[in-house]
Amino acid sequence: MPELKINGTEKSAEIKAEYKKFIGRKIMFIFATTILVIIIAGIAATLGPHQISITEVYSIVWYGIPKILQNLDFILTHSFKDFSLTYFTKEESIIWFLRLPPIVMAILAGIGLGIAGTTMQGVVRNPLASPYTLGISSAAGFGAALAIILGAGLATGQNIIIAVNAFFFALCSSFIIYGISRYKGVSPETMILAGIALMYLFSAMTGVLQYFGEEKAVAEVVYWMFGSLARASWDKLFVMFIVLIICIPLIMLKSWDLNALSAGDERAKSLGVNVDRTRVVCFMLASLVTAGVICFTGTIGFIGLVAPHMCRMIIGGDNRYLIPASGLFGAIVLLSASILARPPIAPSFIPVGLVTAFLGVPMFLYLILRRRKEFW
Amino acid sequence: MVKLEVKNVKFRYTSVPILRDVCIELAESEMLGVVGPNGSGKSTLLRCIDRILTPQEGCILLDGQDIKEMHLMDLAKKMAYIPQSTTQVFPASVFDTVLMGRRPHIGWRSSEEDIEKVLETLKLLNLEDLAMSDIKSLSGGQQQKIFIACALAQEPKILLLDEPTSSLDIRHQLEVLDIIKNSVVEKGISAIIAIHDLNLAARYTDRIIMMNGGHIYAAGVPSSVLTPENINHAYGVEVDVINHNGKLYVLPIRPVAKM
Ligand SMILES: Nc1ncnc2c1ncn2[C@@H]1O[C@H](COP(=O)(O)OP(=O)(O)OP(=O)(O)O)[C@@H](O)[C@H]1O
Ligand SMILES: [Mg+2]
Repeated sequence: MPELKINGTEKSAEIKAEYKKFIGRKIMFIFATTILVIIIAGIAATLGPHQISITEVYSIVWYGIPKILQNLDFILTHSFKDFSLTYFTKEESIIWFLRLPPIVMAILAGIGLGIAGTTMQGVVRNPLASPYTLGISSAAGFGAALAIILGAGLATGQNIIIAVNAFFFALCSSFIIYGISRYKGVSPETMILAGIALMYLFSAMTGVLQYFGEEKAVAEVVYWMFGSLARASWDKLFVMFIVLIICIPLIMLKSWDLNALSAGDERAKSLGVNVDRTRVVCFMLASLVTAGVICFTGTIGFIGLVAPHMCRMIIGGDNRYLIPASGLFGAIVLLSASILARPPIAPSFIPVGLVTAFLGVPMFLYLILRRRKEFW
Repeated sequence: MVKLEVKNVKFRYTSVPILRDVCIELAESEMLGVVGPNGSGKSTLLRCIDRILTPQEGCILLDGQDIKEMHLMDLAKKMAYIPQSTTQVFPASVFDTVLMGRRPHIGWRSSEEDIEKVLETLKLLNLEDLAMSDIKSLSGGQQQKIFIACALAQEPKILLLDEPTSSLDIRHQLEVLDIIKNSVVEKGISAIIAIHDLNLAARYTDRIIMMNGGHIYAAGVPSSVLTPENINHAYGVEVDVINHNGKLYVLPIRPVAKM
C-alpha cells in the first residue's frame, strides 16, 4: 500500500510538470510571435526606393522615440511633418514619416482583427464567426460607400468623413444585433442569424449605392472594400491605438469567462459566470475594436477568421493565451501581406486585403490538411 | 454545511407548466435521488435550483437566504451543476477543463493551490493518464467523468448532477457513484442526482423523490418510493421489486397502460 501512494504522488508531480511545460510552450509562442512581428516590421521598413539597412531602421526607431517625446509640444503646436523637417535627417524622415505609418497600421490592425475574431468566436461559441460573418464589416463598407458616393463633391477632408461614417455604421450594426438579442434572449443562434441577415442587408444597400453612383466614386468604393494600409497616418494610428488600448485589456479580463462559455451556457452559469452580460460586453468590445480598425483600413476580412484558428491549432483553446497570440499572429499575417503587396515590377501597391487572402488561404488549407485531431 | 429548501416552486418555459408546486428539503450530508419518466421535469428542477432558470412562483432558500438575492459567484461556491449533456466547442485539455471548476474561487490567475486541487481530483477519479489529452478526443463516458471531476474541483456544498452515469459502463457507474457518496459522507456535502437507473438510485441514495408530470409523485426512503405500484403509475411499467442481500432491485416485466 505505501508503495502505491508514492506512485500516486509521483504521477501527480509528473502531470504538474507537464502542465507547467504546456503553459511554458504557450508563453514561448507569444514571445516568439512578438519577436517575429518586430523582425518582419524591420524588414518591411527597409523596402522602398531609398536604401536603408535593417540595423539602421532599428536605430532610427530607437533614437527617434526620445526625440519625439522631447519635442511633443512642437509636434502638437505645429505638425508631425514640420517636426520631421526641422529635427530629423532625411533617413529619419523617410522611416518615421513614410514607412512606419503603414507598418504600424498593419501591426495594430492585425492585432485588433485577430483579437476581435477570437472574441467573437468565443462569444457565439462558433468557430465560423468573425467580424465579417457578423455583419460588422459590411456595415462599415456601407458607411464608407455612403460617404464616398454621396459625398463625392466634398473633396478635402473627405478621408475623415469616410472613416467616421464607416465606424458609425459598424457600431450601428452591432447595436442592432445587441437590440435583437436583448429582445429575443442573448443566444448565440440569435446573434449569428441577426449578423448574417445584417451582412446581406448592408451588402445590398452598398450594391444600390454602387448601382447609382458615379463611375469614379464606385471605383473608389471597390478599392476601399479591398482594404489597404496606404491611407495610414500618425493621427489615424493614434485613434486606432486608443481604441485598442482601452478595449483589449477589457476583453482579456474576460478570458476566463469566455473559457467557461465554451463548455455551454448552463455550465458557465453554474460556475458563476453572468453569461448574458459576458456575451454582450465581449461582443460590443470586439465590435468596437473591429470598427476602430476597419474604418481606417477598409474591410480586411480574412484575418479575424483565420488567426484564431491557426493559433488554436498551435496552442489550444485557452483564451488567456489565445487572445494575445491570435492578435500577434494577425499582425504577422498582415505585415507579411503588406510586404508581398509591393511587388518590385508593378507600379503601385496591390490592396493588402487581397494579398491577405492569397497568403492566408494556402496557410490555412495547409494546417487543415495537416491536422491530426479535431480542432473544434 | 448548508441547508437547501425548495418552496412551492412553479416553473414554465412557455405557457405549459413544467414544475407544479414542487417542495423539497435537503438535509445536510444527504444524497437525494430524483427519478421519473422522460419529460417529467427533473432537469428543469435542477436548473431552477442552480438559478439557471428562475421559477415564476415559489422560492429556493439556501441556509434561509433566497438564491435570487445571492451573488452569482457566491452561489457558484456553494452549488455545482453538471448538465445532462455538455458539449465543448473549442479544444481544451482535461487539466484545463477541471481547473475551470476552480473558477468561482480564483481571479485571473490560478494559484498553486488550485493546481493541487485539480491534481487531487484527477487522482480521485483515476483520470491522471488523460490529464493532458484534449477533451474532445475522448469517449463520451470519459468526458462525463471529466465533468464530474470539474464539479468536485469546484468544492461546492451541494452537488447537482443530471444523469451523471448515463454514459458510463457498469464499473465506472459504481466507481463514480462511490466517489460521490464518499464525498457526501466525508466532506459533509449533499447531492441531488437525477438518475434513470432505479437500481443505482436504490443503492446509493438516502432518499428518493419520484417526479411525474411536474409533480412530486412520491418521496421518501428508496424502499418506500420504489414500489411496483408507484413505478407502474409513473412509468407505466409492470415491475417486480425484489430484495437481494439487503439491496433493492427493480426488475422490469413489461410496459402496461399507466394506472
Ligand atoms: N428549453 C425548453 N423550452 C421549452 N420546453 C422545454 C425546454 N426544456 C425542457 N422543456 C420541456 O419541459 C419538460 C421537462 O423537461 P426536462 O428536461 O426537465 O425533463 P427530464 O425529466 O429531465 O427528462 P429526461 O429524463 O428526458 O432528461 C419537457 O416536457 C420538455 O418538453
Ligand atoms: Mg433531463
